[in-house]
Amino acid sequence: MKRYAFCGTLVVLLVSAAAYCSLLLAPTESTMGSIQRIFYLHVSSAWTGLTSFFVAFLANIMYVYRREPRWDWLGTSAVEVGVVFTSVVLVTGPIWAHPVWGIWWTWDARLTSTFILWLLYISYLLLRTLVEEPERKALFSALFGIFAFIDVPLVFGSIRWWRTQHPQPVVMGGSGSGLNPVMWKVLFFSWFAMVTLMILLTWSRYRLEAMRGDLDTVRREAEVS
Amino acid sequence: MRLLSNTATLFGKELRTEFRSRELLTTTIVFILIVIVLFSFTFDPTASESRRFGPGLLWLAFLFAASLMLQPCFLREQTNDTLAALRLAVSDPFAIFLAKLAANTLFLLFTELVMLPVFAILYNVPILGVFPQLLLVFFLGSLGVSVSGTALSAISAQARMREMLLPLLLLPMLTPVLVASAQVTVGLLNRSPFVEWKGIGFLVVFDVVFLTALWLFGEYLLEE
Repeated sequence: MKRYAFCGTLVVLLVSAAAYCSLLLAPTESTMGSIQRIFYLHVSSAWTGLTSFFVAFLANIMYVYRREPRWDWLGTSAVEVGVVFTSVVLVTGPIWAHPVWGIWWTWDARLTSTFILWLLYISYLLLRTLVEEPERKALFSALFGIFAFIDVPLVFGSIRWWRTQHPQPVVMGGSGSGLNPVMWKVLFFSWFAMVTLMILLTWSRYRLEAMRGDLDTVRREAEVS
Repeated sequence: MRLLSNTATLFGKELRTEFRSRELLTTTIVFILIVIVLFSFTFDPTASESRRFGPGLLWLAFLFAASLMLQPCFLREQTNDTLAALRLAVSDPFAIFLAKLAANTLFLLFTELVMLPVFAILYNVPILGVFPQLLLVFFLGSLGVSVSGTALSAISAQARMREMLLPLLLLPMLTPVLVASAQVTVGLLNRSPFVEWKGIGFLVVFDVVFLTALWLFGEYLLEE
């Protein structure tokens, strides 16, 4: 418990420092102005969400081969945390887009694939509520998680090739894109802070899931005897 | 070799089951017909508008129909308690999937081909000149739908609210198939038709990726 409180405090400090850096330390963007500062929250949440889903994908594969409940707990915790971060992306995106592009939403590759990604993992969470038997629930959601993660690059590719109508990505967008060095540092620091937050959330969610699993086992044993 | 002969036997069984009742095919055809007719009220289906919106709504109708049609695929085995027998009967459980997805592809393709002339007449788009190319897109698209749909119907058959669950799981996963097939179909229904090979290639990639995933993980879907 002490260790948990210590890590929690550390994460709060890191996230506050990231907020300070992105709101005050980073230079103001020349064309977009201060609204561009939402970029540090937006992009770092997007990367963290993807990291989370990747962790879930690995946990899903481990569950299918090992059948140890802990991989199931990790898988579902990581998906839930990933969905939270992706929701942050989907909310901050339009807030940023409206003053800059003049529209709330555009059906561009990254926006649309993030949305589909979010929908896929919402379906994953729904699936878990609809299968009764714990082992079957764990196995089926793990398999669905694997299929969903494989689907993501295909979704992105299809939309990028046929449906895109959006300015070049700022990060890794090819020639003409680029960031001021301070902006880069702030972005990476924000990402780091978000990843620590993700780890903390996944950890506490994992502990809850483990307790729930233990309780379930005890309850089943009591029912049998 | 065993895999192929097992698959062939099971494929025959799937076809026999369906052609005894023909329930699935008739209901799916009527469903697609209703959707196509209802869609015509959402925009003015003149020839030029139809060329733009037609392919997308046609594929959307196919996808909705598929998400309903794939439902009984494993549910039937579940209600008749035949899944365990099936698993014991074959040496490789992948044969069960292969047979079911081949049958589903065939059923989907059949309903699509029945509905295509109706669509062409109602929406004023000529299809005769590009029929072979359309057949190719329909085949690749239906295969993609069947591969992922068969896998997910094995999951949804064992859940509560299964009628709602399968579309929820399947439709977002099929976004790439919808985008690519609709784009290729738009090209084919154009005033000067062309084949968008990039889209065809993309559909092939989708089919291969999901077939491989099913081959690797399919057996776990059938565990009791």
